[in-house]
Amino acid sequence: MKPGLTVGETLRAHGVTRRGFLKYCAAVTSLMALPPSSLKAVAAALEAARRPSVIWLSFQECTGCTESLTRSADASIEELIFNAISLDYHHTLQAASGAAAEAAREQAMHDNYGNYLLVVDGSIPMADAGYSTIAGISNRDMLLETAAGAAAIVSVGTCAAFGGIPAARPNPTGAVPVSELITDKPIINVPGCPPIPVVITGVLVQYLTFGLPDLDAQGRPLAFYGQSIHDRCYRRPFYDKGLFADSFDDEGAKKGWCLYKLGCRGPTTYNACATAKWNNGTSFPIESGHPCLGCSEPDFWDAGSFYHALSTPTEAIGEAAVYAAGGGLLVGAAVGAAHQRRKRKAVDSHRKVSLDDIDEGAAK
Amino acid sequence: MDKAGAIAIEIEPAAITTGNVLPLLHELQHALLRFQIDGSEHCIDVNSLPLSEQDHRQLESVLGRGEVHARLQALGDSEITETRIPGIWRVVHANAEGAVVGRFLEVTACPSILKTQQPDITDGIAHLQRLIDELPGADQ
Amino acid sequence: MSESEFLLLVRGPLFTLATVILVGGMLVRIAEILFMGRRKSLAEARGSEASGGFRVMLSRSVPDAGTFQRSGFTIISGYVFHIGLFVVIFLFVPHILVFERAIGLSWPGLPSNIIDATTVITLIAMLTLLIHRIVDPVRRMLSGFQDYWVWLVTALPLITGYLAFHRVGVSAGWMLGVHILSVELLMITFPFTSLSHAFTLWMSRWYNGAVSGYRGIR
Repeated sequence: MKPGLTVGETLRAHGVTRRGFLKYCAAVTSLMALPPSSLKAVAAALEAARRPSVIWLSFQECTGCTESLTRSADASIEELIFNAISLDYHHTLQAASGAAAEAAREQAMHDNYGNYLLVVDGSIPMADAGYSTIAGISNRDMLLETAAGAAAIVSVGTCAAFGGIPAARPNPTGAVPVSELITDKPIINVPGCPPIPVVITGVLVQYLTFGLPDLDAQGRPLAFYGQSIHDRCYRRPFYDKGLFADSFDDEGAKKGWCLYKLGCRGPTTYNACATAKWNNGTSFPIESGHPCLGCSEPDFWDAGSFYHALSTPTEAIGEAAVYAAGGGLLVGAAVGAAHQRRKRKAVDSHRKVSLDDIDEGAAK
Repeated sequence: MDKAGAIAIEIEPAAITTGNVLPLLHELQHALLRFQIDGSEHCIDVNSLPLSEQDHRQLESVLGRGEVHARLQALGDSEITETRIPGIWRVVHANAEGAVVGRFLEVTACPSILKTQQPDITDGIAHLQRLIDELPGADQ
Repeated sequence: MSESEFLLLVRGPLFTLATVILVGGMLVRIAEILFMGRRKSLAEARGSEASGGFRVMLSRSVPDAGTFQRSGFTIISGYVFHIGLFVVIFLFVPHILVFERAIGLSWPGLPSNIIDATTVITLIAMLTLLIHRIVDPVRRMLSGFQDYWVWLVTALPLITGYLAFHRVGVSAGWMLGVHILSVELLMITFPFTSLSHAFTLWMSRWYNGAVSGYRGIR
């Protein structure tokens, strides 16, 4: 842990040549969706960046985000990011435990007060502090205490960014995202269930290089979440031609046709899956034949069936229509009958005009 | 055979094209013309473009391979190849796992990453001095 | 309200409500018409009611020469608009999926780029009809708030659908939600305005044909 070194110095100390460093910068520039002409600026900024201290807090989560990240650390380029940052506290990954671990966190906070980066995964239960605690400290208390001295907060995963699966109906633990508790610090949301590994490291690198990235209305970095899956999907030509798979593994599916009918949420989901892909660029759900779940969007668990198309209503309107038709018929019949009755009354009360009536009228 | 095994695996991926190869080739042509006139270089990040497997194959077959092929071994292998069109270079970066992390087409006389870098020269001078010192008769 | 909350609202309870109002309202109107009854027949029929009825339902779609001469523009533009609207609503796959969900039936659709072009043509036809309505003095005098309102609620789904498909403007989720909301507005306007002609015209055409076909006294 040497917070004094720059990223460039750290990498050099690990035997990375200038070419290796430039190669890494080229990959990262591409990942951040910047044009190749930005390479010089990225290299210069990364080289001079100071290693920030990073504190990682895990709350109500499945550890999928940490797993996603550590898978990417198998590749030596991303592993260097961990050498480039000083990960001072991560209760799953660190060697220390118990009181020693908490002491390490407090030390890091104290030494770097106002400058450390706080990374959070998992949502925070508010219904009862006892639902999720670390070393006897509730998630809420630990978050508020640690966030006080942070320079910025990165909410990794849909749970930390939007509430995620714990917040799905009926939300028994009262789970809330980080942004609902912290309102006075810059928060970068990196959603996904889990987020793409290279996106997590890419956001950290982007923060190192350029500071806070440009965020969209949901607080997500535009570099990775600026485009929808639909806009970058390689199956788009089939959508435009109206060629859709009707069921899993049918003829259309085997030909690689669009998965809109199978419930794909690609059109309303913003993430980098269609370009960065998963497992080091191997594939992504649509390429493997499964419709997008929309896992980087808020409330994606409660947004209707994963297997009903986006254009369809979520409730049983067929049933509602039948009841409405029955009701309408009854009301219409009643109104019609009322009209008939009025007409009959008018006919019955019809009095023929007599000569006397005419004389009466003439006399007046 | 279990249900998963009963699903036939398609070896040949569907031949889908996005139609983006032609505009890309036009862009390269314009960049080459500019390079010829005033020497301005151009770099295209191929991974940032929506291209299907078929498109990549078509791109490879059109551009082909030229006279120069270099392999850079730093943090994994990188292949730097001049295509059959002089001035258009293909640079493919892979990490230590062999996964492709960057794919570029450069319009240049020689991709800058091939050239020796200044900081490495500084290290090299020190390294060579150490090697010289270790040779017998070096103190002369 | 967030984007996903809005989408859930328009795809969920609002759509159900709009469906209930549309179906319920139309059934009230149709039942009301049917239960108004007809006068008892006083003489023997010399022709058939049903064959006259069904024949006129279709033959009324072909204008006679005189009508065509007088209002050729309205007829052509009107047909382009109606046919275009039918194609866009019933032959676009994402819409067919909605019907499948509601009534369980499905049918093949057209390529999406054809639907796209049809939307533009339909909107142009609608625009010409609106301009004609405003410019022609007789039509302008006859037109009231309802006529313009009905034009608006029919044009809005076409416009918002086009924008949503082409992913113009604000984020995709909002555009899709606004499009669905505009369709719901059209649905609830249906039973209370002249739009109900879509269902009642078959009844009136049948009645006209039946009366002539009957060739008797009532």
